[in-house]
Amino acid sequence: MVAVVPTPRAAAAPVAQRSSRTGYLLLFPGIAWLGIFFAIPFVTLFMTSLQQPVPGKSGSYMFGLQFSNYVTAMSEYWPLFVRSFIYAGIATLLALAIAYPLAYFIAFRAGNWRSLMLVLVIAPSFASFLLRTYAWKTILSDEGIITTTLNSLHLLPDDRILNTGIAVIAGLTYNFLPFMILPLYAALEKIDPRLIEAAGDLYASPQKAFRKVTWPLSLPGVVAGTLLTFIPAAGDYINAALLGSTGDRMIGNAIQINFIQFRDYPTASALSFVLMAAILALVFTYIRRAGTEDLV
Amino acid sequence: MVDAARTVQDLHLRNLTKKFGDFVAVDDLTLTIPAGSFFALLGASGCGKTTTLRMVAGLEDPTDGTISIGDQDITRLRAFQRPVNTVFQSYALFPHLDIFENVAFGLRRRGVKDVKPTVERMLDLVELGSMARRKPSQLSGGQQQRVAVARALINQPDVLLLDEPLGALDLKLRRQMQIELKRIQVEVGTTFVHVTHDQEEAMTMADTVAVMNNGRIEQLGHPADIYETPRTVFVANFLGQSNLIVGRRAGSSGDSTLVEAHGQTYAVPSDRCFSSTSDVTVGVRPEKITVLDSVDADKVPDGNNRLNGRVTDVSYTGVSTQYLVEAPWGQELIVFEQNVVVGDRCEVGDQVVLHWAPSHTFGLDSAGGTNSGVDPDVVEAEKATARLLSDGAEA
Repeated sequence: MVAVVPTPRAAAAPVAQRSSRTGYLLLFPGIAWLGIFFAIPFVTLFMTSLQQPVPGKSGSYMFGLQFSNYVTAMSEYWPLFVRSFIYAGIATLLALAIAYPLAYFIAFRAGNWRSLMLVLVIAPSFASFLLRTYAWKTILSDEGIITTTLNSLHLLPDDRILNTGIAVIAGLTYNFLPFMILPLYAALEKIDPRLIEAAGDLYASPQKAFRKVTWPLSLPGVVAGTLLTFIPAAGDYINAALLGSTGDRMIGNAIQINFIQFRDYPTASALSFVLMAAILALVFTYIRRAGTEDLV
Repeated sequence: MVDAARTVQDLHLRNLTKKFGDFVAVDDLTLTIPAGSFFALLGASGCGKTTTLRMVAGLEDPTDGTISIGDQDITRLRAFQRPVNTVFQSYALFPHLDIFENVAFGLRRRGVKDVKPTVERMLDLVELGSMARRKPSQLSGGQQQRVAVARALINQPDVLLLDEPLGALDLKLRRQMQIELKRIQVEVGTTFVHVTHDQEEAMTMADTVAVMNNGRIEQLGHPADIYETPRTVFVANFLGQSNLIVGRRAGSSGDSTLVEAHGQTYAVPSDRCFSSTSDVTVGVRPEKITVLDSVDADKVPDGNNRLNGRVTDVSYTGVSTQYLVEAPWGQELIVFEQNVVVGDRCEVGDQVVLHWAPSHTFGLDSAGGTNSGVDPDVVEAEKATARLLSDGAEA
C-alpha cells in the first residue's frame, strides 16, 4: 500500500558516515598526543597546585584543596609577573622594530639574495639556545667592546650591561627574533607589489602607501610574530638566569627555583597556572583588538 | 564629471628612451597624444608599450627624454605627484578595503573632506552602487575591472592609463567592456591611453592607434587608415592579415608604380608605395581579392592586378569563405570571400584567377623579409604542418 521510495538523504547517508569516520581517524593521532602529553599533565599540574604539605615531613605533599597556595604564591611573586610581562613586551617591540625592516627588505628588495638571507635568519637556531645565550654573556661582558665603548661615551647608568635588565631584554630580543622575522616575511611576501604602485598612482606618498596599504596587509604577520615572540619570552628563564642579576628575575626563574631547588611543587604549579592564564587573557584581548581571530 | 573650468591638455612624449641594461625597451619615442582622445598603444609583448605607459605613470624612470602634459614637464615628478591615474592589469584593487574605500582612496589621499557623494556618483557611473560595502574578492572579474576604472577616473586625471585592462576577462565580457569603456571615455572626455596586444580591441575602441615594435612606433593613425594602408611589413602582418609578394620596381604608369614579381606585373598607386629602394613587396588584404574560376579569366576587369593559382584549402566560416591559393611559385595566398551568393564556391584543386583593384594594393620595403609581425605561434604551426605534410608525402 505504501510505496517505499528511498529518500535522497537515506541514499547519501553511508557516504557521509564514511567520510566523517575518516575525519575522526585522521584526528586520532593528534588528539591522542594532546591527551597524553597535554591534558593529563595539565590536570596533574592543577592538582599539584592545590596540594598541602604532609605534616612533619618537609618536601612531601599530599592531595588537598589548598586554594591559598595561589594567594601566597601571588603575594610573594607578583612583581616577577609584572617584570616578566614588561621585559617580554619590550623585547617583542624591539624584535618587531628590528624584524619589520629586515623582513620588508627580504620580501621586496633582496632579489636573488632572498633565500640566502632567510637561511641566515634561521642559521643561529642550529646552535643551542643555551649556547647562544652564553655567547651574549661574552658579548655584553664588562670588558667587552660594547660595554667599554658605551662607557667611554658615558651612556650607561650602571657602567655595565651584563647582570642588568637591559642584558635580559637584549637576550630575549635576540633569541626570539627569528620567530618575529619569519611570520612577518611570510605576510609581506604575499603582498602584490602592484598594490603599492597603485597606492602611489592614487596620490599616496611612500609613507602614506606604507601606512594605508603595506602595514594593514602585513598585520596578520605582525600579530603572529608578536605572539610567537611574546609568549615564549614571558615564560623564559634562561636569559634572566644567565644575563641578569638576582634583581632581574622573571617568573620563569621563580617557577624553576620552586620546582628544582625548593621542591615546593604546589607553589611552582600555582605560578605556572597563573602564568598560563595571564598569557591567555593577554593574547585574547590582543587578538580581539587586532581583529584577526582567524589566527588563533 | 569633468569640471567646465578644467581644460584637458595634450600629452607629449619627447625622445623618450628606456634601457634595462643593454636591452632598449623604448627607443627614442616622440609622440603627441591629443587631449580627449582614446589612444591605443598596440604591440606584441615586449615591444615596449607597457614600459612606455609605466614611464607616463611615473612607475618607471626614463633613461632619456621628457614627458609633459600641456606645458608642464612631469618627467621628474614621482608617481603620486602626477595628474595621471592607471587602471592596472589584473586591477591591483586593495584587498583589505571595500569597494567604496577603494574608489575613495585617491580622494582621501588628496585630503578631500566629503568623499561620499562623489564616490557614490562614480559607483553609479560604473553601475556598482549596490556593491559599495563588498570586498574586492567578492566581485566577479568584470565588476573588479569596473571598480579599477572607477578608482582611477574619480580623481579626474588629465590622462587615464589602461594597462591591458581587459586581458583577464573572457571573450564575451571583453566585448561588452570595450563598449562600456568607450562609453565612459566619451562621457568624461578624459584622454585615455590604452595599452593592448589585441589588435581588434585597439581598433574597436581607439580613435588613434600606434603600432609599436622593438621600442619604436611603426605606424600611427586612425585604425581604418592603418589597416587599409599599412606602411611596414610588421604593421601589414600584425594588424589583420596580408598577402605579401616580394618583387622589383619596374617603371611607372600614370599615378601607379609598376612592380614585377614572378613574371607578373602589379600596379601600386604611387602614394601607397612606401619602399625607397628598387625592391618592393606588393601587399593586399585577403578580403580585397576576388576569386574566379580560370574559365572565367576574361571577366577580370581591365587594369586589375591578377595572378593565377590553385586552390589548396577551402574553409567555410559562415560569414565568409576562406581560401588558401597556391601561386605558381609555391607561395600560399589567403583570400576571404563574402558568402553573398549561395553555392558556387571553388573547390580544392580548382585552377583560379585572383584579382583585385590596384587602389587596394600597397607597396612596402622588402628589407626585413615578409614574416615580421606575424604571430610566432602561427609561424610555428605552419612549419609544423609543412613538416607533417612532407613526412606524409615521403611515406
